[in-house]
Amino acid sequence: MAPLLKVQDLTTRFRTLDGVVHAVNGISYVLEEGEALGIVGESGCGKSVSVLSVMGLIPEPPGEIIAGQVLYQGQDLLKLDDEQMEHIRGREIAMVFQDPMTSLNPVLTIGRQISEPLIVHLGMGQEEAHRWTVDLLEKVGIPQAADRYRDYPHQFSGGMRQRVMIAMALACAPSILIADEPTTALDVTIQAQIVELVKDLRDQLGMAVIWITHDLGVIAGLAERVIVMYAGFIVERGHVDDIYANPRHPYTLALLKSLPRVDRTSGEKLATIDGLPPDLLGLPPGCPFAPRCEYVVERCVQENPVLEPVGPNREVACWVDVTTRRE
Amino acid sequence: MSSNGVLVQVKGLKKHFPITRGILVQRQVGAVKAVDGVTFDIYRGETLGLVGESGCGKTTAGRTILQLYRPTAGQVTFDGTDLSTLKGEDLRRMRQRMQMIFQDPYASLNSRWTISRIIGEPLRVHKLASGQEQIERVQELLRIVRLNPRFVNRYPHEFSGGQRQRIGVARALASNPEFIICDEPISALDVSIQAQVVNLLEELQEQFGLTYLFIAHDLSMVRHICTRVAVMYLGQIVELAEKDELYDHPVHPYTQALLSAVPVPDPPLERKRKRVVLEGDVPSPVDPPPGCRFSTRCPVAEEMCSEEEPPWRDVGGGHFVACHKN
Repeated sequence: MAPLLKVQDLTTRFRTLDGVVHAVNGISYVLEEGEALGIVGESGCGKSVSVLSVMGLIPEPPGEIIAGQVLYQGQDLLKLDDEQMEHIRGREIAMVFQDPMTSLNPVLTIGRQISEPLIVHLGMGQEEAHRWTVDLLEKVGIPQAADRYRDYPHQFSGGMRQRVMIAMALACAPSILIADEPTTALDVTIQAQIVELVKDLRDQLGMAVIWITHDLGVIAGLAERVIVMYAGFIVERGHVDDIYANPRHPYTLALLKSLPRVDRTSGEKLATIDGLPPDLLGLPPGCPFAPRCEYVVERCVQENPVLEPVGPNREVACWVDVTTRRE
Repeated sequence: MSSNGVLVQVKGLKKHFPITRGILVQRQVGAVKAVDGVTFDIYRGETLGLVGESGCGKTTAGRTILQLYRPTAGQVTFDGTDLSTLKGEDLRRMRQRMQMIFQDPYASLNSRWTISRIIGEPLRVHKLASGQEQIERVQELLRIVRLNPRFVNRYPHEFSGGQRQRIGVARALASNPEFIICDEPISALDVSIQAQVVNLLEELQEQFGLTYLFIAHDLSMVRHICTRVAVMYLGQIVELAEKDELYDHPVHPYTQALLSAVPVPDPPLERKRKRVVLEGDVPSPVDPPPGCRFSTRCPVAEEMCSEEEPPWRDVGGGHFVACHKN
């Protein structure tokens, strides 16, 4: 059976006054039905641009998807025109963004904003859409949902706004929910509420989830498979347990080592990754992590490694085997 | 005065911001009780962590300790001197010994000033160095925070977030302070850069014998860097203990919920962990609930919790908690 979503060699660039920004550089991945996939990386690694490309939300210009395919149930989304894409966005694939305040319209009531896709996409009448909306607000845990229908976004707290965003994303029962750092702006106790909510909803509705974050902790309890991105490339992927227990890419390894843990005191200095992420305006010919890598060998600065399988469902893009320190 | 090693003593500190109505005649109609009676000591050479969620008053507490806001009530004693009685030149002289590192390395550096002027500012204000001596001192400070001393004539926009935070650290060190308040110094930085700045702060503490008040919401990092930790909720401190004691045996239900909400980068463990998920949001500090402020969200609250304020008591070994129940 074909996977639900198959992204193939996706390459996205931005033309700016300073030059071409190589934001996403030929990434491929699949998402199976009902699966939870985590995409991890630091700011500027291309994780958001990669899913915005999938959703057809890259502003053109300056952005441009120069190569690749995004196959949703076998259909290439990149070939669809705007109108056809409207039927996919929100209905088949929905997205929740990082900042719930800027993604909600401040001058429309919450109820109106949620019921709109119901009316537009599903052709519901006003009354039916109203009932559904209240239902959705209850489902995402907003107290007194019926009363809050007429409230405006500023009358909700940050956590409640994110719930509204999730309600809106769920409105048309999509088969994929893409969450782009949905908890980054929230406090930990509220983050825990949202994570639990998405987990519950996924169990109930059986939708697939792509969760994008820089927080390796959040992903640990949420995703089944993880993709690690660096400078627009996928550098490692595999089952979440394998990645955390045996990171095979020096970047993943260093990232995990630099994290302090709330459940223990190590007493040691934190491991650091020296230097800065590369400038996406001009990537070096070799591995983009080479200048910061402690395992670097000569080949790394000349040739960029591609993802190679290193075990069952496990791939890594590195010339060096970090377990033996050999090429 | 400071024989027991206490450098900063905070007693019953309150900071209320008035809410006013009216255009010509301003009437006070209420107050945001940002900090509402906090008491703690900071020992020489330690790092005291102050944690809590956004809006709990931790930043206001930090600023009030430094007298950047004048307290509504309460006392802050620094090395035996009551800061709230000091004014003008006396206060300025005291301020030399206490500095602050801010959260946002983009907003806290003047973008029209060169690095030399930014770091040299405290030297100028406190008349510590001028001319060639000042330039040399700035270069030395840049070396201390591991930046290239030749960067002196550059502007903040030419630096990355992590480098800017180093500039902020260099500025804080310029007047040779004993005490530095670090207000969320790493939360604006990327994961791989956070560790660099935290390690720098630790090294500087060792090198110069600094005392830190480390304000943060990242509980994992606080456990790493701090000696003792105080947990704030809605303007008050609910629990304070040595860090391992607090993280391994939290007593207050809020601390328990807060700690259980922090995810751990360990998938099998993370799937098994039991979470205390709190209902609802933090109440407004304008009109905090009576009795225990956490009683409206507390999973174990009883009737008395919403009637009587819980006493601040020692549960053994310098572990303090304000709770009727545990």
